[in-house]
Parts: sequence; structure tokens; C-alpha cells
Amino acid sequence: MSHDHDHDNELDPFAARVRALETILSRKGLIDPAAIDVIVDTYETKIGPRNGARVVAKAWSDPAYADWLKRDATAAIESLSYTGRQGEHMQAVFNTGDTHNLVVCTLCSCYPWSVLGLPPVWYKAPPYRSRAVIDPRGVLAEFGLTLPATTRIRVWDSTAELRYLVVPMRPEGTEGWSEEQLAALVSRDAMIGTALAQEPQQAGEPA
Amino acid sequence: MSRPDGTAADLPAGLDAPVFAEPWQAEAFAMTVALHDKGLFSWSEWADALSAEVKKPGAAADGHDYYEHWLAALEGLLTSKGLAVKSDVDAMAQAWERAAHATPHGKPILLENDPGPTR
Repeated sequence: MSHDHDHDNELDPFAARVRALETILSRKGLIDPAAIDVIVDTYETKIGPRNGARVVAKAWSDPAYADWLKRDATAAIESLSYTGRQGEHMQAVFNTGDTHNLVVCTLCSCYPWSVLGLPPVWYKAPPYRSRAVIDPRGVLAEFGLTLPATTRIRVWDSTAELRYLVVPMRPEGTEGWSEEQLAALVSRDAMIGTALAQEPQQAGEPA
Repeated sequence: MSRPDGTAADLPAGLDAPVFAEPWQAEAFAMTVALHDKGLFSWSEWADALSAEVKKPGAAADGHDYYEHWLAALEGLLTSKGLAVKSDVDAMAQAWERAAHATPHGKPILLENDPGPTR
């Protein structure tokens, strides 16, 4: 589009429609513009993969918590005050030497917001959504993750009611590490399953 | 293990691109969360509406149009619930576009700046 921006402001059509909805809905008392700002701020700055990394680090450090997380992830995660807003249930899927877990939402973009924040762009894009199920090994290779041929890859398709958190394997050489140190090894991608936990010697190096 | 056809990765490269490319995307997202919090629809209803939009043919492979689908899903759901009528949204969106045009650059765009339809 070749608008002349010299004098006038332009709202692109999507921005104008969003403002129109905000105006109509707030006039009806259905939304409060201040509350909208709070939600944006919360998801942009307060909720993110650090929440999930703390869950994983606790599971690595505390076998009783790991067991709880395995049995009832919704409650175990809520105990750390990370509560889903959509009434969704959580399931934690643990990577082992034999099985690697990978999470996708083939239908849309269901994602464990309370522990990972909002999904990255690629998670919502058609190639990942369609190919993660058909060719998980190929998808992982594109993320730079090549697993042994003997490792089984299990793909979990999220829904509005049930979302998954991958618990990666604890790296070797981290005995005696604090939960805080361990959490630093756990990336967002490791909790989606497109990466592994960082090795201790990588930690602290620029990504 | 590379893919047998050897095609280049068609997964988006930017692993850490911001989740919202533009402010309206964040606002559309937050409005949806707020309306759900109010109990105006269930999250399953929302997921159904969104998945119907994103599976329409022509969705961009790089996902850049994701929030356009999100907005279409939200409008559709609001229409079906009788919470916002499409013609009202169209008219209000035009008013906002006129208001933007009438607002000097650098000043906040206010709906009061809308000079009204020219007809």
C-alpha cells in the first residue's frame, strides 16, 4: 500500500477493526480498556518460559514433586502459583533415554500459556502444525536436534482442554545444582520438545 | 537426519521473534482473554472458532497472518453470540480510520477526531 504518511495518521484495517471492537464492547460494558492493558502487560512481561523452567527444575530436584507432576500436573503446577486462565488441564510428559516427547497443536495453537507464556510464531504456523505429526524427526532436525534412530518420538497434540509440558532429561554433571541453576538450563523449546536441556558446559555461554 | 527430499527448512527461522508483531495483535489477544474471563464464551468455543479460521486455505506458511485469523475468529464468535453486529463493527472501523486520517501526525488518535462520513 502506498499511503502518504506526511501529514495524516493511518490505521491499518486490522488495527481499525480491533479499535472498533474495543469501542463497541466497552460501550456495552463487556470489556474494560484498563483490564486489556493489564492482560497485554502480563503476557508480554510476567508470564513466560521461566515459569515452566522452574517447574522442570523442581521436578529434577525433588522426586516427590516429579511424581506429583507425573500424576496430576495441573495441581502440581498450580502449587507454584502458575494457574491457567482457560480452565485447561495440564499433562507433563517426561523425556527418557528411550522416548522423546514433542508438543504441537494441529488444530490451532493451544499452548500451556501459564508455564510457557505465548507460543512462538513457528508454533502457530502451518508447516510446524502439519509436519510435526507426519515427520517429527525431520522437524526436529530442522531445529538442529538429531536424535538416535532408536529413540522413539512421541507427538502430543494439544487441545483447548489439555495442554502438555515436556520435562526434558536432566543433563549429566549437574549434581548438587540449585533449582535456580538448573532452571537456567531449560529453554522454552526444550519444554515444547524441539530442543534438549542445555548441557552444563554450554550454560552461561551466549546462545 | 535430513529429510529425504532435501528441501530447505520451511519452518520459520526466527526462533525468538516477538509474539506480537503489532500492538493491535496484542489487543485482539487480550480482548479475547478478557471476554472469556467474563464468561461470554468457553475456551473450547474459542478454540473451535480459531481452528476453523486457521485451517482455511491460504494461511501463510510463515504464520505472519496468524492474528488476522485470530481477529476474524473473534469477530465471527462475537457475531454468532450477538455481542457485536458486523455492520456496526464495519461502521465503527471506518470511523476510526477517518479519525486517524484527521489526526495530525504525532497526536494520539481519538474517535472524537472523526469528522464523520463525507456522504
